[in-house]
Parts: sequence; C-alpha cells; structure tokens
Amino acid sequence: MKLDTSGFETSMPVIGFGSNSEMLDGVSSVPSFDLPRTTDFDGFQKKSVEMVKPAKGTTTLAFIFKEGVMVAADSRASMGGYISSQSVKKIIEINPYMLGTMAGGAADCQFWHRNLGIKCRLHELANKRRISVSGASKLLANMLYSYRGMGLSVGTMIAGWDETGPGLYYVDNEGGRLKGDRFSVGSGSPYAYGVLDSGYKFDMSIEEASELARRSIYHATFRDGASGGVASVYHVGPQGWTKLSGDDVGELHYHYYPVAPATAEHVMEEAA
Amino acid sequence: MECVFGLVGNGFAIVAADTSAVHSILLHKNNEDKIMVLDSHKLIAASGEPGDRVQFTEYVQKNVSLYQFRNGLPLTTSAAANFTRGELATALRKNPYSVNILMAGYDKEAGASLYYIDYIATLHKVDKGAFGYGSYFSLSTMDRHYRSDMTVEEAIELVDKCILEIRSRLVIAPPNFVIKIVDKDGAREYGWRLSVNDVTTAAV
Repeated sequence: MKLDTSGFETSMPVIGFGSNSEMLDGVSSVPSFDLPRTTDFDGFQKKSVEMVKPAKGTTTLAFIFKEGVMVAADSRASMGGYISSQSVKKIIEINPYMLGTMAGGAADCQFWHRNLGIKCRLHELANKRRISVSGASKLLANMLYSYRGMGLSVGTMIAGWDETGPGLYYVDNEGGRLKGDRFSVGSGSPYAYGVLDSGYKFDMSIEEASELARRSIYHATFRDGASGGVASVYHVGPQGWTKLSGDDVGELHYHYYPVAPATAEHVMEEAA
Repeated sequence: MECVFGLVGNGFAIVAADTSAVHSILLHKNNEDKIMVLDSHKLIAASGEPGDRVQFTEYVQKNVSLYQFRNGLPLTTSAAANFTRGELATALRKNPYSVNILMAGYDKEAGASLYYIDYIATLHKVDKGAFGYGSYFSLSTMDRHYRSDMTVEEAIELVDKCILEIRSRLVIAPPNFVIKIVDKDGAREYGWRLSVNDVTTAAV
C-alpha cells in the first residue's frame, strides 16, 4: 500500500544557497524522518514485536513428592531457528528456600523473580516470619495480572518449602495461578509430561525423583528443537534448596542409549 | 471448553462446573475448583480466562465480605448479582474481564435463586443456565427434564444426565466435574464426578 506522503512536502521554497547561508543553516532542511521500506506499513510493527517475542521455547518441570519438591529445566535459549545460548540459568534462586523456573522472556522472568525476591524479603522484615509459597506466588500473580495485555511473557513455577510443607504453584503472564503437585511448562512440556506422568510415584527417594526429573528433561530435549543444553536438577527440602546435578543432554543420550557394537552380517573381504 | 451449568429446585440451587485447567493443548490440572463460596449462602461458578476468573471472583467475594462487616447484614443474592454486573459493566469499555458467571444463592425471603451474568455484563435471573461448549448439550437436556419443584435427588439426576451428555458428545470433554449446592443450611460442596483419577491425592 503506497503511503500518501504529500503531507510531508512543503510548498515553502528553501532559501539560502549562497548568500545569507549562515543565518539559514539551522533551518535549511525540511523536517522529515525516514519511513520504513515495507509494503505493509501498518502490520510491520506488529510483526517486529512478534519476532523478538520468544515463544516459551524451553522445558521446565517441577513435582512434589515425599521428600519435598524436585525442580528441573533445560538451558537452551532460541530466537526462532537460531540457538542463541546453550547455557542459560532457567532455575532462579528467589531465596534460600524458594526457587522459580523461567519460561518465556528471559528478561521478564529474571526481573520479576528478582522483584519477587525483594518483596519476599520485605515481608520477612515486616512480619518477622518467612513468606509462604502460596503468598509469594500470589504476589507474583497479582503483579503479572496488573500488566496483562502489555506483552509480558512469563510462564513460571514457584517451588518452595514453608510451614505447611512443600508447595508448588504455576503462575503465568495472563495472571493465572494454579496450585498443584506436578507441572511442566514450555514448548517441550508435553514430551516431559509423557515421561513424568508415567514414572511418577509419591513415595520416591531423592535419587529416584532426580533421575525421573533428569530423564523427563532429556526426553523433551530429544524431541523438542527449542530445548537442549544442560539438564539441571534441584531439590527443595525442609532446609532449603540444593542443586543436585547438571548434565549435558547430548552426553545423557549416550548414557541412556549406549551405542552397542552391531554384529556385522556381511564382512567385506579384501580383494586378493 | 469450560462447562458450567446450574439450576434452581425446591428451596435449593445447584451449580456444576468442570475442573480442568487448560493451556492450549495441555491439561495442567484436572481438579481445579471453579465454584467459589461467596459467603455462607452464595456460590459463584465462573468460567473464563485464568487470571480474570480468579481475580474477579475474589474481588467480588472481598467486597461482599466488606459490605457485611460494614453493615452487619449480608447482601441478598439479587444485590450481590447486581453489584457483580455493575463491576463488569464499568470495566467493559476500558479493561473488560473475560468471565462468565452463574451466581446461586439462598435468601430467607426470596428463597433459592440463580443469576446468569455473562462477560459483557448481561444479567438475568433464571431457573436454569449454562456457559461454554457444554451449554449446547446441557441446556436442551435441562429444558426437557426440568420442573420447578424438583427435589435434590431429582436435580442431581438431571445434573448427572447433563454431565453424561457432555462427556459423550463434546469432542474434548472435560474429564471431571464438581457439584455444589446452596439451600437454607448454607452453601457447600455436594460431590465430584470423576472419570480420570489423578495418581496423587487430590491437592486443591
């Protein structure tokens, strides 16, 4: 659509080539700005916003079991088809007993989790007791709700241990907040759910649970192009969180499916 | 995809809602309680966008409690319904809430009542109402079998008929439902209708 730019043309002749040029130097050029070279002027801005907005290309998961909460995530950041980083920290340490996972916009998640950490600390100072996981997730959900429709992209899980025991909440940029026992968020989440749901039991030891979490992340990274890098696994117990492992998923693949030397059916003979 | 429906019987009102929390193709949770107890004798069954549903119903609940604290008297169901509709209408042309609500309540003078409030602030006092894709199946079932003097057992039979119809005819039917009732003894949970039991114990 050819834009009608006749409004930018001025009928006033530009005086000042030659004499009196010093006086008119400042006003010699007609005020104008470059228009973007595109056929679709109205739509290009929306398209550029869509391009930079990440589509939650990640796999994160968390589940509650007998010994607390297990939290795991991959570490790949992608911009469309380009892998921008294989070493992103997607499990954010809000405070020593609460973790948040990152899916969606990295900047949004990091900023709002940091902000949540500040609010939690202020709550502790004002009330002389730690904030509950329910309270922390409600603070985050209310904050995100007040920004709804403005383009924030946050799909996070808040996992922690408070007076009532282990707690796990899913919070997203639409202001939704769900309490649950098992969640997985991101483009690889359906794949992770498949492994997580079939292997889950409430009565698991910490080793079994961490193995289940690691396996679920690995299977998701295998099938989902936007997930990969390193599978990190954290455990939240009554004393707070600890990082259990961080394994490269490429190496995990050969650990789970080692290459077996195939028996040769036909052996090529050297031509004598 | 979210199915909410309800009806008024002889001195009681029943509402049923599905309990799935869905995000695109993923079912995050199948035991999410979407029927909020507003006060001792009122229920709000809400369906709509995740953030709006919880935030708006909690807002209504807190304001209803505030009225009771300030004035020493609870609001009637009609007053609460009109307040809710007013809030939706005020927000409609600036920052609309995408929530559909069925409000059920019991008052001593008015008896049991059911109010249909949709996302563009329509308000109707009804005998039976429904929202969502499930409404296509439950409304006609209720129209056919409903009578105004039903007992609780007959009403629950009708609710189960509607749930069965939704489960058998809706292509992506929600697996589980929760049923709540309000009568002169108050608002309380009646039961759940589960077709998919989660591995863990239900933690709502």
